[in-house]
Amino acid sequence: MISTDIPAPLDVDPARRIFGLETEFGLHLDSATSRSVTPEEVAGHLFHSVVQWGRSSNVFLPNASRLYIDVGAHPEYATAECDSLTDLIAADKAGERIVHNLIAGGEERLRAAGIDGTIHLYKNNVDSAGNSYGCHENYLVRRRSDFRAFASNLLPFLISRQIVTGAGCITRTPQGAHFSFSPRADHMWEGMSSATTRSRPMINTRDEPHANAELYRRMHIIVGDSTMAEPTALLKVGATDLVLRIMEARAEFPQLALAHEMQAIRDIAHDLTGQATVELTDGRMLTAVQLQQTYLDAVRAHVGGIIAPTAEVESILDLWQRGIDAVRTQDFTLVETELDWAIKYRVVKRYQRKLECELDDPRLARLEMAFHDISPQRGLFYRLQSQGLVRRIITDEQIDLAVTNAPATTRARLRGLFVSAALAAGRDFTVDWVHLKITGSDGRTVLLKDPFRNEDERVDVLLGMLGAPAAPVE
Amino acid sequence: MPQTHSSSQSHEDDVPDAPAAPTQVASTDALDDLLDEIDGSLQVNAEQFVRSFVQKGGE
Repeated sequence: MISTDIPAPLDVDPARRIFGLETEFGLHLDSATSRSVTPEEVAGHLFHSVVQWGRSSNVFLPNASRLYIDVGAHPEYATAECDSLTDLIAADKAGERIVHNLIAGGEERLRAAGIDGTIHLYKNNVDSAGNSYGCHENYLVRRRSDFRAFASNLLPFLISRQIVTGAGCITRTPQGAHFSFSPRADHMWEGMSSATTRSRPMINTRDEPHANAELYRRMHIIVGDSTMAEPTALLKVGATDLVLRIMEARAEFPQLALAHEMQAIRDIAHDLTGQATVELTDGRMLTAVQLQQTYLDAVRAHVGGIIAPTAEVESILDLWQRGIDAVRTQDFTLVETELDWAIKYRVVKRYQRKLECELDDPRLARLEMAFHDISPQRGLFYRLQSQGLVRRIITDEQIDLAVTNAPATTRARLRGLFVSAALAAGRDFTVDWVHLKITGSDGRTVLLKDPFRNEDERVDVLLGMLGAPAAPVE
Repeated sequence: MPQTHSSSQSHEDDVPDAPAAPTQVASTDALDDLLDEIDGSLQVNAEQFVRSFVQKGGE
C-alpha cells in the first residue's frame, strides 16, 4: 500500500536544479599469484562488508547515495540528489573515499583465500584492453513534449565540450601514440538511445525521472569522462547546467547541429590543436574552439537575465574561457592546475622527457593508471593535489561530512535520515530513489516524488516508528 | 540489515629544461620532485602491471 497523502509539488525556482553523478570505477588486482582471479571474485571480496550489513551488494547509504556492483564487476557509486555544485562535488569525492575504504577489507578477504595482492580502484574510463565504462551525469529537467529535439540540440555542445572537460589520455594506434582530449570519445556509437551496454549513446533517453513524471524528466548524459580535479567537475556540470537553463527558458540559443556526430566527436578528441573542423548540417565548417566559444558567448549574453550573476557562475565562465583559450593559443599553462586533460598532459610530458621514451612506452601507461588511482596516499592525482599542483573547490572537511551526511537541501536529506535511523534501530527496510518503507511495519510505503522537497511529515512518522526524532528543517 | 529495492533499476609543454648538463641538475620544482619520488615504483614491471588490468565494459 502506498500512502496517498502525497504533498503537492513545491513551486521551484527555475534556476534550481537537481544534479547527480554516477561513477563506475575500474577494479584491478595487482597480484603475483599464479591462479587467475576474476574481477567478479575481487568485487565479491571488496563488497563483503557491504553485504554483511546490507545483505546485498546494492545498497543506499546513510549519505543517501547508492553503492553497488555494476555490469562487468565495476564498483559503482551514484551520488544522492544535490542542488548545488559544491554539494555535488563533495558527494562525488565522498564516493571515492567510500569505495576506497572497502579496499583493506577486500585485501584481507583475498589473503584469507590465499591470494596476496593489492587492490587498485581507478576513476577512469578504459581498461588496458580498451573496454569502456562510464561517468553518467544526471540533470533534472522540466518535462516537455519535444524532449528528443531538446536533447538533440544539446549534442553539439556535448561533442565539443571535451576540449575543456575531457580527462585526457594517451591514444595508441598502429601509427604510434598521441595525446587525446577524451578517452570516451572513441566509444560513442550514437547520439541518443534508450540502451547503454548495447549501443553506447551520448544521451540515454530512457524515461526514468525518479521524480514526478508529469513534471520532470532526467537528462542522462553518458558521454562525459570521469574526472579527478574539482574545478573540472565544476566546469563539466556547471557549464552543462547553464546551457540547459537557456534551452529550458526557450531563449535564443545557437543552432549548431552537426552533420556527422560520431565522426565529429572522434576528430575533435584526437586533435589537441583544436583546429580540426567539423561539418554542420547547414554546411558550415567549424572547429571545436569555435563551437565552444559560441556556446560560451551565448551563455554570457544571458548573465544578468535568465542567469543570475553569481560568483559561482562567474568562476565557471572564467574557467570555461581559459580552457578554450588554452586550446586556441596552445598555452596549456592557462589551465594546467584545473582541467584534467591539461593536468595530465603536463605530467605525462614531463615524465616522458625524464624517461626519454616514446609516448607509447608502457611506463607512461603505468603513469596514467597511477594518476587515476583514487587512493589518497598512493594515487598520483592526490599527490599532485597535496603538493598544491591542482586547485581545490571544496575542502577535505566538506568531503568528510559528505561521507556520512546526505545533502541537506533536497529529498536526499529524507532518505539519509531514514536509512540512518533504520540502521540505528536495527530494523529491516526497503529504499530506492523514490520509496521508503520499514519492513514488517503496517506495510506503508512513503513515495517521495518531489526531489526538491527536503521535509515531509510522512517521513517524520517513519522516523518516529524507528525511535528517531522528527527532523524539521532548521 | 536487509535492504531491498522496490523498483527495478540496474542500472605545455613546460618550459624546456636547460640543456642537459653533464652532471645531474638539481630538481627545481615540485612536479619533478614528485616524479623522481614515484619513478622507482612505476618502473617495476610496468608493462605487466598495465596488461593485468582488464575488466569487461560496464554501463
